[in-house]
Amino acid sequence: MNPVYYLYLAALLFTIGATGVLIRRNAIVVFMCIELMLNACNLAFVVFSRMHGNLDGQIIAFFTMVVAAAEVVVGLAIIVSLFRTRHSASVDDASLMKL
Amino acid sequence: MSPQLAAYTTSTGEAFQFWVLGTVAVIGALSTVFMKKAVHSALSLAGTMIILAVFYLANGAYFLGIVQIVVYTGAIMMLFLFVVMLVGVTAADSLKETIKGQRWLALLCGVGFGVLLLAGIANASLKQFNGTGQANANGNVQGLAALIFTKYVFAFEITGALLITAAVGAMVLTHRERTERPKTQRELAEQRVREGKHVPPLPAPGVYARHNAVDVAGLLPDGTPSELTVSKTLRDRGQVRDVSTEALNDLRALEQRAEERLERTPVEPAHRKQSEEASK
Amino acid sequence: MNAENLIALLIAAPLLGAAVLLLGGRRLDGVGHWIGTLLSTASFVFGVILFADLLGRNAEHRTLTQHLWTWISVGSFQADVTFRLDQLSMTFVLLITGVGSLIHVYSIGYMEHDERRRRFFGYLNLFLAAMLLLVLADNYLLLYVGWEGVGLASYLLIGFWQHKPSAATAAKKAFLVNRVGDMGLSIAIMLMFTTFGTFAFGPVFSHVGDASEGKLTAIGLMLLLAACGKSAQVPLQSWLGDAMEGPTPVSALIHAATMVTAGVYLIVRSGDVFNAAPDAQLVVTVVGAVTLLFGAIVGCAKDDIKKALAGSTMSQIGYMVLAAGLGPIGYVFAIMHLVTHGFFKAGLFLGAGSVMHGMNDEVDMRKYGGLRKYMPVTFITFGLGYLAIIGFPGLSGFFSKDKIIEAAFAKGGTEGWILGACALLGAAITAFYMTRVMLMTFFGEERWRNQPTRSPQAPSAEPAAEHHGEHAEPHPHESPKVMTIPMIVLAVGSVFGGAFFSIGDRFLHWLEPVTGHSEGDSPLSAATVTGATMVCLVIGVGIAYVQYGRRPVPAVAPRGSLLTRAARRDLLQDDFNHVVLVRGGEHLTRSLVYVDHTLVDGVVNGTAAGFGGLSGRLRKLQNGYARSYAVSMFGGAALLVAATLLMRAV
Repeated sequence: MNPVYYLYLAALLFTIGATGVLIRRNAIVVFMCIELMLNACNLAFVVFSRMHGNLDGQIIAFFTMVVAAAEVVVGLAIIVSLFRTRHSASVDDASLMKL
Repeated sequence: MSPQLAAYTTSTGEAFQFWVLGTVAVIGALSTVFMKKAVHSALSLAGTMIILAVFYLANGAYFLGIVQIVVYTGAIMMLFLFVVMLVGVTAADSLKETIKGQRWLALLCGVGFGVLLLAGIANASLKQFNGTGQANANGNVQGLAALIFTKYVFAFEITGALLITAAVGAMVLTHRERTERPKTQRELAEQRVREGKHVPPLPAPGVYARHNAVDVAGLLPDGTPSELTVSKTLRDRGQVRDVSTEALNDLRALEQRAEERLERTPVEPAHRKQSEEASK
Repeated sequence: MNAENLIALLIAAPLLGAAVLLLGGRRLDGVGHWIGTLLSTASFVFGVILFADLLGRNAEHRTLTQHLWTWISVGSFQADVTFRLDQLSMTFVLLITGVGSLIHVYSIGYMEHDERRRRFFGYLNLFLAAMLLLVLADNYLLLYVGWEGVGLASYLLIGFWQHKPSAATAAKKAFLVNRVGDMGLSIAIMLMFTTFGTFAFGPVFSHVGDASEGKLTAIGLMLLLAACGKSAQVPLQSWLGDAMEGPTPVSALIHAATMVTAGVYLIVRSGDVFNAAPDAQLVVTVVGAVTLLFGAIVGCAKDDIKKALAGSTMSQIGYMVLAAGLGPIGYVFAIMHLVTHGFFKAGLFLGAGSVMHGMNDEVDMRKYGGLRKYMPVTFITFGLGYLAIIGFPGLSGFFSKDKIIEAAFAKGGTEGWILGACALLGAAITAFYMTRVMLMTFFGEERWRNQPTRSPQAPSAEPAAEHHGEHAEPHPHESPKVMTIPMIVLAVGSVFGGAFFSIGDRFLHWLEPVTGHSEGDSPLSAATVTGATMVCLVIGVGIAYVQYGRRPVPAVAPRGSLLTRAARRDLLQDDFNHVVLVRGGEHLTRSLVYVDHTLVDGVVNGTAAGFGGLSGRLRKLQNGYARSYAVSMFGGAALLVAATLLMRAV
């Protein structure tokens, strides 16, 4: 088996995650889908690291994880405060921007 | 996870592992998207992440694999679960689409994007795989550390600052300033007496109605449920489970069985009628 | 110290005075008039020093320039702040600062009771600075600055008593009419820049030969338009009569002696351009001839002493413009008449101011009469000015006006005859109306007795009189020394100026290097012209004496003939402006508004409505749902991937 299949898997997972972001209304699930996309990217980085024979890809994946952690913390805090004020975690309810 | 990672092809074991776990990962991803309840989505995602951790290990990223399990699956996904609990674990998300055409557009874009991405990968000349054997010669963690603290030291420091900022930000976002001192237990008791309403503590949830879950309302003597017994948070969320009909049916069945065993005549119609009314 | 470096000081002194007086505030109220007079006199002293310096040089080396700094430098557009002092500028500098200083002194007395005297002197100094800048500038753009500066000062001073609606309106009128002329000057400067690539005097004049005559004619006509505006020539003459609403010293300095002659300066200064554009010159002479008759006729009909003098000013400037339009034959005489006119007209105005001062600010000559006994000094100085302006032999007007009439005949051909006849006729009318003024004011019965001085028909009555009481009988008295001394000095100038300039052709030799000079071939001998002028003078004086000296002057103006009534209304100039310009403008505006509403607004509104409808549709895309936007982003990302792949494939 050629390791390039890992990349196909990563692409597939990324696409699934992206579609999930578009379809789901629950903000928490949307967030999970974003995590899925980030993880797919990480997988691609790791595979690229193996491809090039150096560790830079893994470093980038590592940083992605850190940033994702920060993002999750803030994102979930936003969801919680949104839920407190609106009693709903639906992204469609936060549609006050429309005319 | 063979120690020598082949350059062009992988071992049969790894291939087998990829096809089995890869399938599971895709299924997990799909169920993350399509599960109705957020908690199910979260669990599916956790599963996918663990499989990804295995793949990291298989690709020679030992440190990342472990971090993926400990930090991602262990910490971040648990945070998700906490929030799901806060928001309401049973709050099911309707999958019915409300924006016209959104689902079709999303699927179209998703399929188009996926096909293009896969085509791009297929098109790319990704034949040369060097393997991480040499890079990991002194140990994966040592190699990463050497890079992080030399080449990527600024990025590392900046992400550190980012993490701190995120933590402070989350605190600021969720923190609510108390405008007045919380009432002590004594003050609360005095207030209850003064108001003359519910002088004793509120009744406990449905433990006396043969249910010990906190979301089941306790039954009054005539069989009707009392909302008072359930915590205000659950009431607000509309997560009170009404078991009164079920409980009355159970009661009736019990009486039936008792009568059968005691070989008594069926209960009088009047009595029967009364119990039916109560069940309504 | 080089003489060149003094030039800037000429302007700096009054400018400093204006700044100090206008910015200094009430603290300077007590000494403001002294500061103003001192700085104006200082400027005059600098002028005299420079004049002495110039006299010490050869005629060819009498042009001094002082470059201060580069003002604007954009590509080939180069404007410098450079001053040029030659014989022509020098003449003006002496006239402006000399007469200006005298009038400053006079104003100390005249404006004594005005609580805004400091401000008045500030404006006067500002005027001096701007006027000096105008005559000293070495390029047309800098001249334009001075040109606008004197316009501003004139506006401020005409409207000095702004609490009177008539004064405020007159100031506005003067400003607006001048603006038409200013437009001409700015267009002339633009034309010069496009034609010659510069607007500095030297290069423009030396390259006149390179330009086509059509362009030069256009430049000349635009310069003439500017001159018409500033010098109150037909058709932009209507503001000068109303400008008499300003305090009398202002009328004397700005609207008689200096500013209104700026147009003549402009034409003479641009002589090289006009010489090469005969058509423009012809128009200049026509304008001059028409104005000299126009002003003279208006001057005959006015009962307001200042307005009669204003008509006279217009007429005399008409003489100058006529002379300037004659080309090298007339330039020198235009300037000479300008200088002598500066003396006697300023003197006449100061005399009129003195009369008004003694008569509770009454301006209607029909309520004067017999004043010679009460104001002897004013009578004598005014009388000398009168003799000078009508061209009494030996006095300055005689020399300068006579030369102009000669030059008009010397133009040659039919034009020469017509222009000369106009000039002669003008001389006769001048004699008539000036004699009328003289007789009505100083001779005859004392019509001011037993009647209130303030009539509602005298809107320009000056407010300094308010404490005299509204209806008291006037007690004519001589003005204080501070007012009479300038009048005496100016009278001396009016008497001897012309002779001083003319004997031995001093003025001609002085100015010739700048303006050039040529003798025309006059069909009449000089003696014939002088004789004809004398005959005209006698006829004019005689008719006036018969009408106003022998018969009593009615205290209320008779209805008069059609011409008289028209002349009283300034020959219907305002009615003409109203019908042609105001009404016409209104019609034009209305039709433009119609076009604007239907056509322009139609297109604009249609476009707006179209875009409004389009955006109304596009707005539906903006439904506020984050997921909807995410789809767009995701679709965009897909397109990017596709584009990348496509680029790689290609």
